[in-house]
Amino acid sequence: MRNLEIQTATAAVEDVRAMCASLGRRLASDTGNVCPVEFMAAVLRMFHSRSCGKCVPCRIGLGTLVELLEKILDGKGTKADLAQVEKTCKTVAMASDCAIGSEAARALQVMLPAFREEFEAHLDGRCTASFQPVPCAGGCPAHVDIPGYIALTQAGSYADAVRLIRKDNPFPSVCGLICEHPCEEHCRRQMVDDAINIRGLKRFAVERAGVVPPPAPLPATGKKVAVIGAGPAGLTAAYFLTLMGHSVTVLEKRRKAGGMLRYGIPCYRLPDEDLDRDIDAILATGVTLKTETPIEDGDAFQRLRTEYDSVFIAIGAHTDKKLGMPNEDKKGVMSAVELLRHIGDGGTLDLTGKQVVVVGGGNVAMDATRTAKRLGAESVKCVYRRRVEDMTALPEEVESAAAEDCEIMTLMAPVRVEVDEDENVTGLWVQPQIIGGVQRGRPAPRNADKPEVLVPADIIIVAIGQAVESDPFEAAGLPVKRSLLTADMACQVPGQKGVFVGGDCQYGPATVIRSIEAGKVAAANIDHYLGYDTQLDLAVDVPPAAFQISGPCGRATMTEEASRVRRSSFALAERGLSEEEAAQECSRCLRCDHFGRGAFRNGRVEKW
Amino acid sequence: MVTLTIDGRTAKVPEGGTILEAARAAGIAIPTLCYLKDVNEAGACRVCLVEVEGCDSLCASCNTVATEGMTVHTNSRAVRLARRDVVEMMLSRHDCHCPTCHRSGNCALQTLAADLNIFDLPYEHKAPENRWNRDFPLIREESKCIGCLRCVSLCDKVQSLNVWDLLGTGSRARVGVRGGGSIESSDCSLCGQCITHCPTGALHARDDTMQVFDAIEDENTVTVAQIAPAVRTAWAEQLGLSGEKATEGRMVAAVKALGFDYVLDTEYSADLTIMEEGSEFLHRFTHKGDYAWPMFTSCCPGWVRFVKSQFPEFTGNLSTAKSPQQMFGAIIKTYFAKRLGLEPEKIKVVSIMPCVAKKYEAGVEALRDAGCGQDVDVVLTTRELSRMLRVAHIDVASLPEAEFDKPLGEGTGAGAIFGTTGGVMEAALRSAHYLLTGQNPDPDAFRAVRIESGWKVLETEVGGAAVRVAVSSGLGNARQLLEAIRNGQVQADFVEIMACPGGCAGGGGQPIAFNEERAAQRGGVLRTLDENCALRFSHENPDIQKTYQEFLGEPLGETAHHLLHTDVTKW
Repeated sequence: MRNLEIQTATAAVEDVRAMCASLGRRLASDTGNVCPVEFMAAVLRMFHSRSCGKCVPCRIGLGTLVELLEKILDGKGTKADLAQVEKTCKTVAMASDCAIGSEAARALQVMLPAFREEFEAHLDGRCTASFQPVPCAGGCPAHVDIPGYIALTQAGSYADAVRLIRKDNPFPSVCGLICEHPCEEHCRRQMVDDAINIRGLKRFAVERAGVVPPPAPLPATGKKVAVIGAGPAGLTAAYFLTLMGHSVTVLEKRRKAGGMLRYGIPCYRLPDEDLDRDIDAILATGVTLKTETPIEDGDAFQRLRTEYDSVFIAIGAHTDKKLGMPNEDKKGVMSAVELLRHIGDGGTLDLTGKQVVVVGGGNVAMDATRTAKRLGAESVKCVYRRRVEDMTALPEEVESAAAEDCEIMTLMAPVRVEVDEDENVTGLWVQPQIIGGVQRGRPAPRNADKPEVLVPADIIIVAIGQAVESDPFEAAGLPVKRSLLTADMACQVPGQKGVFVGGDCQYGPATVIRSIEAGKVAAANIDHYLGYDTQLDLAVDVPPAAFQISGPCGRATMTEEASRVRRSSFALAERGLSEEEAAQECSRCLRCDHFGRGAFRNGRVEKW
Repeated sequence: MVTLTIDGRTAKVPEGGTILEAARAAGIAIPTLCYLKDVNEAGACRVCLVEVEGCDSLCASCNTVATEGMTVHTNSRAVRLARRDVVEMMLSRHDCHCPTCHRSGNCALQTLAADLNIFDLPYEHKAPENRWNRDFPLIREESKCIGCLRCVSLCDKVQSLNVWDLLGTGSRARVGVRGGGSIESSDCSLCGQCITHCPTGALHARDDTMQVFDAIEDENTVTVAQIAPAVRTAWAEQLGLSGEKATEGRMVAAVKALGFDYVLDTEYSADLTIMEEGSEFLHRFTHKGDYAWPMFTSCCPGWVRFVKSQFPEFTGNLSTAKSPQQMFGAIIKTYFAKRLGLEPEKIKVVSIMPCVAKKYEAGVEALRDAGCGQDVDVVLTTRELSRMLRVAHIDVASLPEAEFDKPLGEGTGAGAIFGTTGGVMEAALRSAHYLLTGQNPDPDAFRAVRIESGWKVLETEVGGAAVRVAVSSGLGNARQLLEAIRNGQVQADFVEIMACPGGCAGGGGQPIAFNEERAAQRGGVLRTLDENCALRFSHENPDIQKTYQEFLGEPLGETAHHLLHTDVTKW
């Protein structure tokens, strides 16, 4: 017999593969909690276990690195030891014979500067790692008490679940539908199987809670706060400041409140009635809303400052960015924000029979793509210069767009717009790309050795990012950098007493939950600025944790209406969890508020 | 009520109660270590694990809520093995040199290991190193910490100072000073409650007994002991003496048997404090506009440290009167020395206190007023007194009772109750009434200020004047009271605060009884001493009267001001 055999995996090998496959998921939970030095020592040790043992830097060098890190971790390290770590690390990276040794060392090379302070603290015997007891709540920018409302949902106390969410976030209805749920990335359940479907449970509870009136505000303080912009950041700040007893007036440029929730996110993801449910509750606290009241210039802003004790600017990022390609200004080219704003204001646009090309790879591009389809476009192509996996849009958004018969054309960089003699758009010239080397953590595309391609188009929608209309505020002397308003981590504008900035206009377009965080942070700091330290008592009693946590089980996910139905409808596309699914998801919650570190300290943060 | 089955027996517990509570109600013992009811229910040590039918893993009975129909086994094979393993794990990281430990014979871990029949360890023994300033009154031995987190939770929830924390993560996670800083620069009040709630010897007070033995044995040194009121309620707890044998007289005899030249009663200087602080209060009360209001007592150094770090804006509200310990130190090295013809430089004042913070207080530079070094040279805790008596092999049970030495050995019932919450206030009001009217009130006229826990605010009539008084013990309660005063919810004229829950009777220097809070019972002893005392008014103490006649002149007079008052901002 020759020395060739069919290879079959043994059960043990299968087990190892399964363990490796689950490792990334398990490590992803509870992120940001661990001591980076100890974590790095463990990672190096794991890489070391994969060394074949042939070459010196890998076989011995990785071990010496672990020993040095252990010494530092024991509080016995010196500056010289840390310098030696850096030196050895470089040598192992440069001198190893294969990727096992060099990549292990490179991982440490990335961590060393990133966690310089933490490494140095250990030289004084200190560890600065601070364990986040409840990973989902810690990972939520607004720190919503997630295990708390899951327990209430499980108990059928849906209105209390909504009350508990509102303790930190006055947009439960909105977030139940469109939150990007960073909480789920941190969910400790990933140690067992998969993250809890937290957003699905929130939506489930909200849908069954009915109308939940907001709490009564504290006695009036007599302080007046102006909020510019009725988006999620502005309304969140208005909600909490009103509950604290301050008198809040929200000034909104457009016809209706909601900001990008109304003028950016299409109805099939966030129906008006769901948005209005949250806004109604916010306004019911006593917030004064003035729509169609723009701040036109610097003087208008200065007048506002004299009329109010404090001003919060949360104007969002509502202007489009241009590609800067020839013929971009011709008839038939529009920006995604223009399109979505028009639809959000109740406008219509008939794209029947049109060929639409959308440029971009983010969530706004997907919104524009799917909206164009619903407006009757004959074909919709989404052109993006990188690959699908490089898109910043949520994968499910991309999948849904594809399922709705939109074409995702990747590795195509827009070059110029083709027009006819009447300057009407006829197509978009694109240059095929090849994905290349990693730059700033992402593989960058470059021109492929292929000719330009003309993609026929009657309408081109550009969705490559947004900027802030900050001119009136810049004119009033507020610091602005690349159209973004400048403020510190407490949302305070340096050198401008009583002026606060937050949300998309501070950091650029982000998620709704980041805007809610900004509103909450701003509210707390404005209250403090006004001379108060108001403690809102909005906590809700949470049922005790069950003694048994369910064993490994799949994650129940949401489904969508059939693609052929939804692609021509603006009705909500996503179907909520069923009673049965929600009950199962609730039972999967590990109740980190009770078990683990939660039982000791900070399992439940009742006050901000 | 929830009904469940534990070890085949029916157990009942109110809704929301835990398995542990249900088991205890049914007379079923489950061992615990980290569990401290309402304070630390962290489920950290896993000693109280039980098996619940239908649950794959074992449950911590201390924080698992009992549910209807639950079937629990507290003594199954799985439970016994797990319990033993977790204690073995703890021991593998614990300095097991038990004979040389402060808590030898009084250690919850030692008892538990014995109860679980553990005689050898299957794991490598590797205790962490100790890094601590051994000169600080509060000492922490990392090598003995089992990470039960009781100190952390107690300091957070009861004392509200958040001095301790679980630091770091992973294999090196450990208890330490919050933020990784030093204890000296922390906000520690030195109340010592973490010590009395530590199950092992990881936390203890600095031992100063050797200095005292040395002084007693030095022929050129005159040793003068002063014994705080609360000490007499607990001094024999660790000597195997029963309640009726553990009298004040026998305590005096025991301390004399150690060889002290003079044994005096801090009740005397408690009475002196009342004279000074009571007069100061009346002065401030009639000149309200000149002083920060209300006035706070100042006899508890843990409380003084707390005010200075947590409510510095209230520092001026503290009475300028020193604590009884410091007043006595100053008097012993002046008046007492003069009366007995002793050279103050040769006197070693040793105070025996239920307190850890007093070790700090004695060393405060600004309190050296007698002109020869520290006014109080050494402070021993009640526990150190017990240890000295054991070192000296004194058979305390057989000692005939003795009396405090004279002069300055006289105390009143008012001085006795200084050692329990509400007592300082009550004693002060008794004498304030006299100072205002020239007549004694009914000694029990102010019994309404007595509390067992928490804080209390009430208005009382003192010699025809309405006085709003507030009393609190435990620093968490003190914080609530101060916040209420700060935001105007509480109006008070005179506020008594003691750092330890229940007052000095529950002090951080008192004998340790695992999972028992004895402050109320010990405080009751002081109340009985007061009731049975012929003298119940500080101003009637003949030694006090004589001290003023012969030496001090008037309360708040010049000599008193120099020796008996202090500016805490200089501490």
